[in-house]
Amino acid sequence: MKITRVIRETFTSLSANKLRTGLTVLGIVIGVAAVIAMMSVGQGAQNSITAQINSIGTNVLFVSAGSRARFGGERFNSIRNVRGLTIADAQAMAIPLQAPSVQAVAPIIEGGNIPAAANGQATTTTVNGVTTSYFSIRNEQVTEGAFFNDQQVGTHARVAIIGVDLATTLFGRTTNLTGQTLLLNSQTFTIIGVLKSAGGTAAGSSDNQIIIPLTTARDRVLSRPGTNVDGIYIQATSAQAVSEANTQISNIMRLRHRVAVGKEDFSVLSQASLLSTATSITGILTTFLGGIAGISLLVGGIGIMNIMLVSVVERTREIGLRKALGARNRDIMNQFLAESSFLSLLGGLIGILLGWLISLIIGQIASASGTSLNPAVSLNAVLLATIFSIAVGLFFGIYPARRAARLEPVEALRYE
Amino acid sequence: MEEPVIQAEGLTKYYRMGEVEVQALRGLSMQVKRGEAVAIMGPSGSGKTTLMNILGCLDRPTGGEYILDGEKVSGLNDDQLASIRNRKIGFVFQSFNLLQRTSALANVELPMSYSSSANDGRERAKAALIAVGLENRMKHRPTELSGGEQQRVAIARALVNEPAILMADEPTGNLDSKVGQGIMDLLFKLNRERNTTLIIITHDARIAGQTQRTIQIRDGLVEETVL
Repeated sequence: MKITRVIRETFTSLSANKLRTGLTVLGIVIGVAAVIAMMSVGQGAQNSITAQINSIGTNVLFVSAGSRARFGGERFNSIRNVRGLTIADAQAMAIPLQAPSVQAVAPIIEGGNIPAAANGQATTTTVNGVTTSYFSIRNEQVTEGAFFNDQQVGTHARVAIIGVDLATTLFGRTTNLTGQTLLLNSQTFTIIGVLKSAGGTAAGSSDNQIIIPLTTARDRVLSRPGTNVDGIYIQATSAQAVSEANTQISNIMRLRHRVAVGKEDFSVLSQASLLSTATSITGILTTFLGGIAGISLLVGGIGIMNIMLVSVVERTREIGLRKALGARNRDIMNQFLAESSFLSLLGGLIGILLGWLISLIIGQIASASGTSLNPAVSLNAVLLATIFSIAVGLFFGIYPARRAARLEPVEALRYE
Repeated sequence: MEEPVIQAEGLTKYYRMGEVEVQALRGLSMQVKRGEAVAIMGPSGSGKTTLMNILGCLDRPTGGEYILDGEKVSGLNDDQLASIRNRKIGFVFQSFNLLQRTSALANVELPMSYSSSANDGRERAKAALIAVGLENRMKHRPTELSGGEQQRVAIARALVNEPAILMADEPTGNLDSKVGQGIMDLLFKLNRERNTTLIIITHDARIAGQTQRTIQIRDGLVEETVL
């Protein structure tokens, strides 16, 4: 039987019962749409996390106190007394002879949910206490005013560089703010600059922050014991020197904290290690979401099988007639397989469109609520959904089609 | 002398109905010449339906020899039988058996979709419908046609592959006698004009009387042949 004829017959027999065809297709539509939407949201989350990590810069390392947690592991239990990072640690890393691959060092103190008030408005914000090298390492820029200088850090100056989101909340504008004052933890600060927007990220907006001198932060806003800091940003001399810098920093820290290899009470994160961790987490998330959605596709496939079995019984006489007119078993089989795969292919195509639409809507909702999540419908997901939906049609169509093909012509013709 | 188009020797057919074995045919032999119009008659349970199924290659005999139009049919597999049905046999059923969702023309085209070569399918289907007098009904669906017209569509469908034999199983059973006679006249006309062998299964003696020969079946055997 010619392929064009098979297609034409498939079309006439499916359009003979439009409601039933539509409902069967709907099962597949929902399944495929769910798979596409879930996978694109997962992909979008991965993209935005990756972008955020990339924005750190390819030659930047971050040192923090404590080993990377290993739950229940030997290493986790063996670290008893974690010594915090200090300004002295940061200064040791900045000595070129000890760490030739390190270009710049920036210790920071950070604190979230710090009350901020100005202009009759009050809110909470993230405070970063930094030294001047922070700006170049993190590649920060101001749209107005200037950064503070080393002298202001030395004199514990009460100056601040404000993020655009915080500025909007407090003042209702993002320009002409230099010279304004605000209260941070009930301390008066003078705004000397407005930070250029970095855009939202999946982890929250980095524009709702305020940057002040490290010394001032320690004294007046975020109290820390002695000269302790929360973390140290390191800039390597180049992207290629990142692993060397990592080794040099680790050696310095082990010496200073008197710990053996494998018993570190600090950890060094590079962009590459963050990226691989984040990618594997979001990858698992995407697979998980896709798998859940895949179950609904399976249910849709069972719906096709159900309808095809009913159809075989209903059309027993027709099958008998076709056999009497010369249809071979394989012709009957192909006809029913064509119908079931057409159902699932149609469902797959509509499902791709619907899934794409859903992911657009999710993206809109996400950006309306302040997180930037751009769901990405990848070609892979579309191909996968198409192939998978045809496969579902074939798989769940084979049993009914075989039943149809095996009918004895004599008995089929006699069927009432 | 020309070889007969149907040549059956000692056909047997056994069915198993639960514990009981039913012998539907008990070594039946018969011959039909090319171009002949033959009626097969017999009471219910005589085995005439079984005989028709075997002669029409819808079923295989348990034993015996059957040669159709020079081809030995007993011992062929499903696909080979399907091919024989497609090329050599045209069926006309009591209940017409048309596909309700397609036009008369598409119904007539159906057998050709199972043959290997048919590029002029549409033209042949139209010619067959003209031959049965339905040139004005080609685009109509079966539900829009009368019983007699539906049976004419079925006859056109049976003819379209130019079979060696036309098998009609109670072709007038669902029609009133006047329309039924019209169908019979059409079948006999096609038999005469095209030299297509016609086999009619019936239990209507008036119809059987119009054929050249009547084969009476009883208890799975040919009881008598009436000329």
